[in-house]
Amino acid sequence: MDDKKTSVWTSIRFWRRSAAWVTGMAVVLLMILTFDTMKQVRMGTDEELKHGIKRRVPSPTVINYHISYRYDENRGVEVPVIGKKELLFGKEYSPKEAQELLHLGKLTFQAKDCIDCHTILGNGSYYAPDLTKAWLDPKWNDGTMISMTDSKTKEEAMVKFLMNPKDYRTHERMMPNLGITKKEAMALVAFLKHTSAIDTNGFPRNFSQASRRLEGGTNAR
Amino acid sequence: MLAKTNLKYESQKLAINYFTVAVVLFGAQLLMGLIAAAQYLFPSFLYGVFDFNISRMVHINAMVVWMLYAMIGSVYYLLPEESGKEVVGLKFGKIAFWVLTLAVTVVVLVYIFVQIGPADMKTIWFINEGREYIEAPRWADIGIVAVVLVFYYNVFATYQKGKKTGILNVLVADLFALAGLYLCGMFFTDNVSIDQYWWWWVIHLWVEATWEVFVGAIAGFALIKIINAKREIVEMWLWIEVLMLFGSGIMGLGHHYFWIGTPEYWWEIGALFSSLEPVPLVAMFVHVLYDWGREKGHSDAKGEKSPLRNSPAMAWLALNAIGNFLGAGIWGFFHTLPQVNIYTHGTQFTAAHGHLAFFGAYATILTGMIYIAIQGLVGIERVKMTTKTKLSIAFISLGVLGMTVALTIAGYEQTLVERADLGGGWDAYFIAQNLPWYVQAQGWRFAMGVVTFIGYILLVWDMLTINKAQKEGV
Ligand code: HEC
Ligand code: HEM
Ligand code: HEM
Ligand SMILES: [Fe+2]
Repeated sequence: MDDKKTSVWTSIRFWRRSAAWVTGMAVVLLMILTFDTMKQVRMGTDEELKHGIKRRVPSPTVINYHISYRYDENRGVEVPVIGKKELLFGKEYSPKEAQELLHLGKLTFQAKDCIDCHTILGNGSYYAPDLTKAWLDPKWNDGTMISMTDSKTKEEAMVKFLMNPKDYRTHERMMPNLGITKKEAMALVAFLKHTSAIDTNGFPRNFSQASRRLEGGTNAR
Repeated sequence: MLAKTNLKYESQKLAINYFTVAVVLFGAQLLMGLIAAAQYLFPSFLYGVFDFNISRMVHINAMVVWMLYAMIGSVYYLLPEESGKEVVGLKFGKIAFWVLTLAVTVVVLVYIFVQIGPADMKTIWFINEGREYIEAPRWADIGIVAVVLVFYYNVFATYQKGKKTGILNVLVADLFALAGLYLCGMFFTDNVSIDQYWWWWVIHLWVEATWEVFVGAIAGFALIKIINAKREIVEMWLWIEVLMLFGSGIMGLGHHYFWIGTPEYWWEIGALFSSLEPVPLVAMFVHVLYDWGREKGHSDAKGEKSPLRNSPAMAWLALNAIGNFLGAGIWGFFHTLPQVNIYTHGTQFTAAHGHLAFFGAYATILTGMIYIAIQGLVGIERVKMTTKTKLSIAFISLGVLGMTVALTIAGYEQTLVERADLGGGWDAYFIAQNLPWYVQAQGWRFAMGVVTFIGYILLVWDMLTINKAQKEGV
């Protein structure tokens, strides 16, 4: 069949070669785009942040700034906006400290297997709220959780919640206590704050529109 | 179980070991799924003891592992028949099986009893890596790579020595890519965007590229085996399938890069290529039916008996053709455009697609391969369906389809209420979770999960007894 075929459309050799070429081309294209994407999503530096150079994934020191999520007319989606200085746990982190805290946060996120209940950047499990913009969630910002946990700041409230979610539950479906230490909880808060500053091309859309309607104050348009 | 004396080749005996573990793990997967589904309905069920994340983790890990076992088993089964040679270096392959099975046992025990650990690289190395589907700790990753290397050596050395059929050409190249991709999931990074970028290389480039091509290849083998399909036609189709699957599936990866911090150009690329992904699935569907019809036509014309030599395997193969097309093709296409995906991303809709696709594309055909192996084990010309075969197919497929429909409804409600109307967030999430449509859908999912589980029990029962039934005459 291989050689004595008259039509190319029924020639195995033709299809084998085409398959190899198409696959090869797809792989090359993917490689090129991967190089470009890696360049665009590498973590920014403190210098870039200070000079207002936007990075899709900003420097860890972004945790020293106020972050909001606003509609961008040009891009037609909501984007994170990095504002004035806003200390975390009443402290300004040096690039090295911020880096270490973020590292510990990401490590805690994996070691406690948060991904098998929550989504982050929309990927993971669907048993609990998406954590991409958790730092900006109205419940942390409108006083609900702060007063419930008897805290002064939202980061303090988050730490208390993460260390003891069972005591501060708001729904029948509770988050369990995962044996998170204070240090780990603080690192998780830094990780979540940093994540909220990642440019996700507008996901989630109209973030917490509901609470704007309810006058809760939000970061959506 | 059954004596293995009818099997012609040593590697086919090893295949039976792999299939046996696969079937056991399939059962474990379903039990864990039922626990997870029950936790949606009764959140206090096993709360603080065996939390949702643990039941879910074991559920999806058991799935990935049983499927890999069944895939390896399928290769050990078909390799000597295709190449005409006994598998080379099989004694290492046998050791690898026990090493792998021991490692899997330890990993599962640690998942169940240790569960999670402190924020320390030791946890990543020895307990849980905390990344969906590839939670296995790093030591196990390395063990898996070592075992797969042995397996690949078996395959490659045999391929070198024996007949190089088209099916084997595809398999040998595909398995290399499949194994290599696993390495993309074996590193730690603080950058969650880069983390997810490479994580999808494992997940997507497995299920939507290399695993699909694997299915194309073993479906080809099965067609030749079950209905005596013409090899030239099967192999020509196989190359066309490879062309279309890799041509669309590799760049289709872009549909996971819409929102994870990666650049906007992935919108267009992901939308374009992933929209083409259903095309080969239609082709595979047509192919199976075409070959079946063709062979049946031939034998009917000659007034012979039906060409069907293994009707349970053929039934699962047909179910594969439909399920792959429905679960991956249709349910996948539903949410693959960025305009839709921005609302459906990470909702129960994704879970609906995940269930029907994994079941339709993989669980089905691998079950079919197990029936082919059972035929070899019994050593008879024709295997016919028993009542149990039919009932198990009916229960399992209805159960999974039912779960999918229920989750689709839940996802639809979640998409409209939580995402489109309320814009996501903590409160929006729970408002949508607590609406009656959603709650009822979760109830139906659980019920349909029970139906699936009953089907599984019938399936195992059938697998253990079909041999006797054939001898007594169905
Ligand atoms: C067993 C499932 C489970 C695991 C594991 C889990 N969570 Fe949760 N989480 C929940 C549930 C359920 C809620 C909602 C609690 C409520 O409303 O009372 C929640 C709520 C939250 C919230 C508040 C919601 C928001 O949008 O801000 C944060 C933050 C959070 N979890 C972070 C984490 C982190 C970080 C981890 C890992 C260290 C984690 N969770 C692990 C189930 C889980
Ligand atoms: C007894 C039947 C089953 C039940 C009750 C069940 C239940 C569940 C539950 C509760 C989840 C978690 C979803 C979430 O995060 O909200 C899940 C996830 C999953 N299950 Fe099942 N399941 C069953 C059978 C299956 C089968 C047969 C397959 C495939 C062969 C499968 C594949 C998956 C996959 C791939 C996921 C992850 C989905 C995602 O992340 O989108 N399950 N299942
Ligand atoms: C057999 C083949 C396939 C399998 C087994 C499969 C399985 C899955 C699973 C399990 C997920 C959820 C991943 C997670 O846990 O986050 C997923 C996501 C997704 N799949 Fe598939 N899939 C297949 C084919 C396809 C095809 C052909 C398409 C498109 C045409 C598609 C489109 C998508 C999209 C867009 C998502 C992302 C969902 C989201 O944004 O939440 N899939 N797939
Ligand atoms: Fe995909």
